[in-house]
This record gives sequence, structure tokens and C-alpha cells, in this order.
Amino acid sequence: MPGYKIELKNITKSFAQTPVLKDINLTVEPGEFVALVGKSGCGKSTLLRIISALEKPSGGEVVINNKKISAINPEVRFLFQEARLLPWKNVFQNVMLGAKDRDKQKTLNALKAVGLDKKELAWPSALSGGQKQRVALARALAGTPKVMLLDEPLGALDALTRINMQKLIENLWARQGFTAVFVTHDVSEAVYLADRVVLIEDGLITLNQKITLSRPRVSTDSNFTYFEKLILEHIITDNAENSIEYII
Amino acid sequence: MSYLTNPSMTPSKNLKNTKSNKTIKLLKNKLADSLMAWSIPIVFVILWFYLTDGKISTRLFPTPFELVHTTIRLIQDGTLLVNLQISSIRALLGLLVGGSIGFILGITTGQFKLAEKILNTPIQMIRNVPHLAMLPVVLIWFGIGESSKLVLISLGTFFPIYLNTFHGIRSIDKSLIEMGKIYGFSAFEMFKNIILPGATSSIMIGVRQSLGRMWLTLIVAETIAAKSGIGYMATNARELMMMDVIVLSLIIYALLGSISDFIAVAIEKYLLRWNPNYQEE
Repeated sequence: MPGYKIELKNITKSFAQTPVLKDINLTVEPGEFVALVGKSGCGKSTLLRIISALEKPSGGEVVINNKKISAINPEVRFLFQEARLLPWKNVFQNVMLGAKDRDKQKTLNALKAVGLDKKELAWPSALSGGQKQRVALARALAGTPKVMLLDEPLGALDALTRINMQKLIENLWARQGFTAVFVTHDVSEAVYLADRVVLIEDGLITLNQKITLSRPRVSTDSNFTYFEKLILEHIITDNAENSIEYII
Repeated sequence: MSYLTNPSMTPSKNLKNTKSNKTIKLLKNKLADSLMAWSIPIVFVILWFYLTDGKISTRLFPTPFELVHTTIRLIQDGTLLVNLQISSIRALLGLLVGGSIGFILGITTGQFKLAEKILNTPIQMIRNVPHLAMLPVVLIWFGIGESSKLVLISLGTFFPIYLNTFHGIRSIDKSLIEMGKIYGFSAFEMFKNIILPGATSSIMIGVRQSLGRMWLTLIVAETIAAKSGIGYMATNARELMMMDVIVLSLIIYALLGSISDFIAVAIEKYLLRWNPNYQEE
């Protein structure tokens, strides 16, 4: 089941006269994994919200699977930075919300895919941050989406949990074949996961770099560090005056 | 020295000992807690026995034996149960009507800005009139029959549930609603899965406040204008100087209040069992 193609055509977005996105053009191929990187406030999250139709663009259009989108598409799922589980529903009930027709088998399969089928009766409040995010991932996957939008989903997790989650996301993406757009400010995470890294600065795409490494990738590999450096240098030379804000 | 010869036995034995020690400690703590909680009521009962034993006139306060005797007499001739039943039905019916209206209006104004604009100001204006001040009006309009009590109790229980439902809905985490949108929830699913459960803890605060106002209103209404019920029983007893019946009525009110609050707390605990603040260790 290949994912959907995403086309962004001349997207602009302003909040109260302040331009956040200025003319974004980007095509994400079916099944491709694209990482959007950039410093906080550069508009990368806004762009993701526009793709999901949570936010309307001020100008331009979003085309998913050759159809211009105007409303939230059931084939597009969004993973937020916070897990956003319903605290009054247990793990199983939370994941079931994402399954088509509230199908129990699909729910169970999704829970198994993230390795939490033994926690199905737990309340979200009893889970760790990483477990909560895995439940959120299962909820998104239960609907077998064609597009997965991830808005810094690992930003609040500790380093070890992060590595495990990156591997899990990579595996699930490889297995299910959805198109993924992953927002992060962590360049190394972007290089580890993405087929292509897109750098957004001041509302414009300033770098569109294919990562030609084979998977699974090793962050200590010299080619890996090559791509990492390439992107980082681009960020730093472009914005030497406030490079200190980057979290590497 | 046995732990040297058989090291595998000793730790488990120690573990067992500390475990039973812990249980005993826990029981002791519980006993101490309940002793503390009941110490003042126990002192009062002792004082009661002492004072009514010739120190004060039993016309002003009945002896414990008189009270027990009266209770048994009123249970046997059926007066107590009939009045208790009438009072409870009045109270619950009033709560049901007032609470339902408050709940529905709270949900409406909580979810729809237009409804809030239209309804909130008049509701707040009415709220500032103490509902018991409406008693003369209600009596003239509805007489001293059941409907006047129903109206008064409904008025009393309406506001806490309305306000807390409104507030509960307004303070729902917007990010969860956004999540619901992404998952394509219909308006009903949004209400059932996110809005209602999210407002539950606030609504239950309103229910508990309403329960207090429910009994208060009932007592006032039955004392001033009624021909039956616990309040009537007490008022009637005052005319005949039957202190035992009056005290019994007070005790029944205290019991009814405690029981209803106990039930509300149990319901609250069940509905909010997902919340770590309501989970017992």
C-alpha cells in the first residue's frame, strides 16, 4: 500500500500581517520520508499544520493524491509533540479511536506493532512519556494512513527513548509504506530518518538535500556525519549572527 | 548464626517478618486515625449523657434513652418512614429537574458562543437573587402543594450545576479537541469522547454543591409551608414542645446530607478513576 503524493504549491501564510511562510513549493513523492528542519519559529510546524488542513494557508494550495485539500482527510494522520491521549480512556480505547469502524482487531494489531499490547488496559496517566507517544503512534497507525505528519513527536523524550522511537518509526514506515513528513530541529535525527531533508529558514526553503545513505543508518558512520555537517554548515553560515539558538 | 549456614532462608524470613510488621503498623495507624476522627463526637455523646442526667431540663434537650425510644415509636407507627420518603422524593425530584436544566444549559452555553451571549447575562442576574428569597413568590404562584417545593429546590440546585458545567466545558484542553478533529470526530463523538468526560470533574463539584443546597432548600420549604415531610415533622413537634422529635429530625437531616454526599463522592471516584488524584494507593 503506497502512500499518497503531497504537492505544496506557492504556500504562503501570515499571522496578523506577519508573514510566516513565503512561497513554499515542495513535492513529496508517494512513500517518501521527508524531514523539515529549521529553528523554532521558522514556520515548519505551521507548514505541517497546513498540510493536515488544521490550518488554512493564506495563499497557494495543498494537493494530496492529486486532489486539492480543503478539509481534514481521513487518510492523513498527525502525530503531535505531546501524545494527546484521552486520559479517561485506557490504552486500548485510545488506540481504537484511530481504527476505521472502531475495529478491535486493527486496534490490537496497531498496539502489537508498537509493542504495547500488554498495556492495553492501563490508563495513560500510568505510562511513561515514551510509552504515551507509542500509544499515540499506534492510534495514528490503526487507521493505516497514507500520509503521516509528525510534529516533533520525539522532542520531549529522553535520549535513549528517542533512539528506540526513531527505530520504531523507521520500521513502521518501511513496513506500511505511508508518506511521512517529519518536523524536527534535530539535524542528526533528520539525517537518520529521512530520504530528504528540507531546511526552512524565515519562511522559505533554503536547502533540499537528498540523503543517499542506505538503511539502517549508523550515526557514527563517516557518510552520516558528512550529511549532518553539510546541513549544519548551511544553517550556521546562513545565520551566523544567531547560530547559538540551534539545538544540534 | 543460621544465616551463615543457610543464607537462602534468612532473607525471605526477614521479608515475611517486616511484611507482617508493616500490616500491624498499618492497622495501628488506621485505628489511631479513626479514634482521632471520632474523638469529638464521642466526647459530645458522653457530655450528652452527663448533662441530661439532671443537670439540664429534659424539656430543653431529650436524654439519649428518650431519643431512642421516640425513634422506635415513630418507626413503629410509620410516621418516620412516610415523612422520610416524602422528603427524599421531593429533594431528588427537585435535584433531577434543576440539575438537568442546569446541565443542559451549561452544555449549551459552554459549547456555543451565541448561546452564551444570549443566556449568560440573564442567568447571572437571576443567580444574584438568593433562591430562598423567591419563597413568597413561589408560594403565591404555586401554593403550598408539591409544585412549590419542586420549583424552589430546582431553583436552588440549578445554579451550581449550571456554572460548573459551563466552566468545565470551557476549561477543556483545546489540544484534545484538535486531536478529535484530526481523527474526524463527529459533533456527537466529540461530545461523548472529549467534552463530557473532560467536564466531568467540574460537573461533579457542581453536583456536590447542589446537594447541599438541595437539603437546605428542602428544610426551609418544609418548615415554612408543608403538611408532610421531615421539616414538617420538626415544625409540628415545636408546637407541641416535643424536643425529642426535633432533635431526631436534625439527626435525620445530618444523616441524609452525609449519605447523599457519600454517594456523590463514590460516583465521582468511579467516574474519575482514570485520574491519579482519585486513585487510592
